[in-house]
Amino acid sequence: MKYGRVYMTFIIEAQNLIKHFNHVAAVDGVNFALKAGVCFGLLGPNGAGKTTTIEMLEGLIPPTEGNIYFHGKKRGNDFKEHAGIMFQSTALQEFITVKETLQLFTHLYPKPADIDSLIDKCALSEFLHRDTTKLSGGQRQRLLLAIALINNPTIIFLDEPTTGLDPQSRRNFWELVHDIKAQNKTIILTTHYMEEAYELCDEIAIMDHGKIITRGSPEELLAQHFKSVVLQLPADEIDIDTSQLPFTLIRNAKHMEFECTDVNSALQLLLQHNIDLTNLRIRSHTLDDLFLKLTGHQLRT
Amino acid sequence: MKLTRFRAILSARNREFVRDRSALSWNFLFPVLIVIGFAFAFSGESINLYKVGIIGGISSDTGGDIKKALTKEHPFFQTKHITFIPLNNLEAAIIKIEKHQLDMLFDIKSRHYWLNRESPSGYILERVLFGTANNGPDHEMSLSLPFTKQEVSGKQIRYIDWLVPGILAMNIMFSALFGVGYVIVRYRKNGVLKRLKATPLSAFEFLSAQVVSRLWLVMLITVAVYIGTDLVLNLPMYGSYFNLLLVFMMGSISMISIGMLIAARTTSEEFAGGILNLISWPMMFLSGVWFSLEGIHPLLQQLALVFPLTHLINAARAIMLDGAGLLDIAPQLLTLGLMSTVLLVIGAISFRWE
Repeated sequence: MKYGRVYMTFIIEAQNLIKHFNHVAAVDGVNFALKAGVCFGLLGPNGAGKTTTIEMLEGLIPPTEGNIYFHGKKRGNDFKEHAGIMFQSTALQEFITVKETLQLFTHLYPKPADIDSLIDKCALSEFLHRDTTKLSGGQRQRLLLAIALINNPTIIFLDEPTTGLDPQSRRNFWELVHDIKAQNKTIILTTHYMEEAYELCDEIAIMDHGKIITRGSPEELLAQHFKSVVLQLPADEIDIDTSQLPFTLIRNAKHMEFECTDVNSALQLLLQHNIDLTNLRIRSHTLDDLFLKLTGHQLRT
Repeated sequence: MKLTRFRAILSARNREFVRDRSALSWNFLFPVLIVIGFAFAFSGESINLYKVGIIGGISSDTGGDIKKALTKEHPFFQTKHITFIPLNNLEAAIIKIEKHQLDMLFDIKSRHYWLNRESPSGYILERVLFGTANNGPDHEMSLSLPFTKQEVSGKQIRYIDWLVPGILAMNIMFSALFGVGYVIVRYRKNGVLKRLKATPLSAFEFLSAQVVSRLWLVMLITVAVYIGTDLVLNLPMYGSYFNLLLVFMMGSISMISIGMLIAARTTSEEFAGGILNLISWPMMFLSGVWFSLEGIHPLLQQLALVFPLTHLINAARAIMLDGAGLLDIAPQLLTLGLMSTVLLVIGAISFRWE
């Protein structure tokens, strides 16, 4: 009765998930619970354990330890009928067309979605009769998303869905994900792109070394970790000893960035040092900054 | 087992095979080319067994027909199944005798002949030369022998008739081993299997579809190649077509089972390719595709019985060339059935999606 009372409000819950590969912990005690309809992002550098975590949730690999509950109960054999999965890298059978691929997957599920509405939703009609090996990156991802939706799932796993796509295709893909969210479906997403996480996710968890190091909505996390804004100036326009300035400094190849809490007094101070502010930019902290602060890694390395 | 899922995978795999033009045409062309090549190579009225060089003695009025030119020289030169080759350079011809490129050499003018003491063919030819000394080659030998001659007047089997069942079986072997073994490993490597694993499809449904798809394609190709070859070469058929089809089907299933077993867990295409070659090449040479296993080492003959190809070829030849019935080929059918069952069960149990 414990399940009924405590867990029924969650669509999926991971309890102390551990996965060892050859005695190395790829995932080392991951806990979270999600309410139906949220888009949850798992972020982390390569090797942080994101894909292993998501594959345990999908039911593809068994955890070494820990439990996963779906609607408050241990997942049964029918979980596959309720879950839609878009893998990070997967090939589709060759020499069959997009439409035939959709028909193939339709026949694998007991209660498939309507193919025509999926074709319409994922904008596949232009290349419906093309061989699956002859699709562009964006077209391919849209087809893989359609396959993930083919069983009309209540929970959808997207493992780095836009990696390798051009900005236009990525934005198109985001539109599709927004449409899915609008149908109150739960989405679990891993991504390398902070912009993507910010755009799509209601809640994110940052993973490193197999553990979740922080969790919350993007806005909450930024507010919690950063009280300052960032002033950015071209590095070659600053010819003073920056150690005299009372700011935290971040220098990269082209720019010098200052973190400050009071923008007005910071600007006055810079003017007093005769620094030209013509090319000054002021920005808020991003998830990239948060990521760097928490993991010490650049996200895309 | 859900029939809709099985049918969906079966139809997708069939489409993939039929549309992969290069693989499809290779499956048809490979056996046809081999059969045509051999039919052409052995197309003469008879097979000449010996080569005899002739220096001089050919006059221009015989129009190059060397046997005609040598009519008056000796009855030996009219013997059947010997190729007589006109030559000019005696020294070069003697070297050819030394190197076994010629079995015997005659210099018509100087009345000499040469042969290599090491050459069995030379020995036989010399005996023929002595034998024909007092008799014409086509006449009954007039010597009084202590034996009475009896001629066999049964069906004549050409080498190509004997070869065709072997070639068809070999094609089944390659198509089944690589078409199932290699393809499943490729699916595993590029993630097709992982994608399918995430659906309610069961391993049994997936594997059954692979077996059935390959089976009917292999049978279709084998029947088509048989009909095509029969039209061109007029193959002998002393048994029942149904039995032949049954043998080819059982043989195909056993080959597909081997392919499945190899593909059950392998993740590397290179490794799978190596293993498939390691199995298919000894099988091709020791199962009697090209030559009869009579006379080879008894141990190798025993080893050949391990290969399903041996049983497939033996049964197919027995039906086509000896008119064997279902009871005659029952041992081969049972062996193939048993091998397939064991291999399929092990393959299915050990199968992993990833």
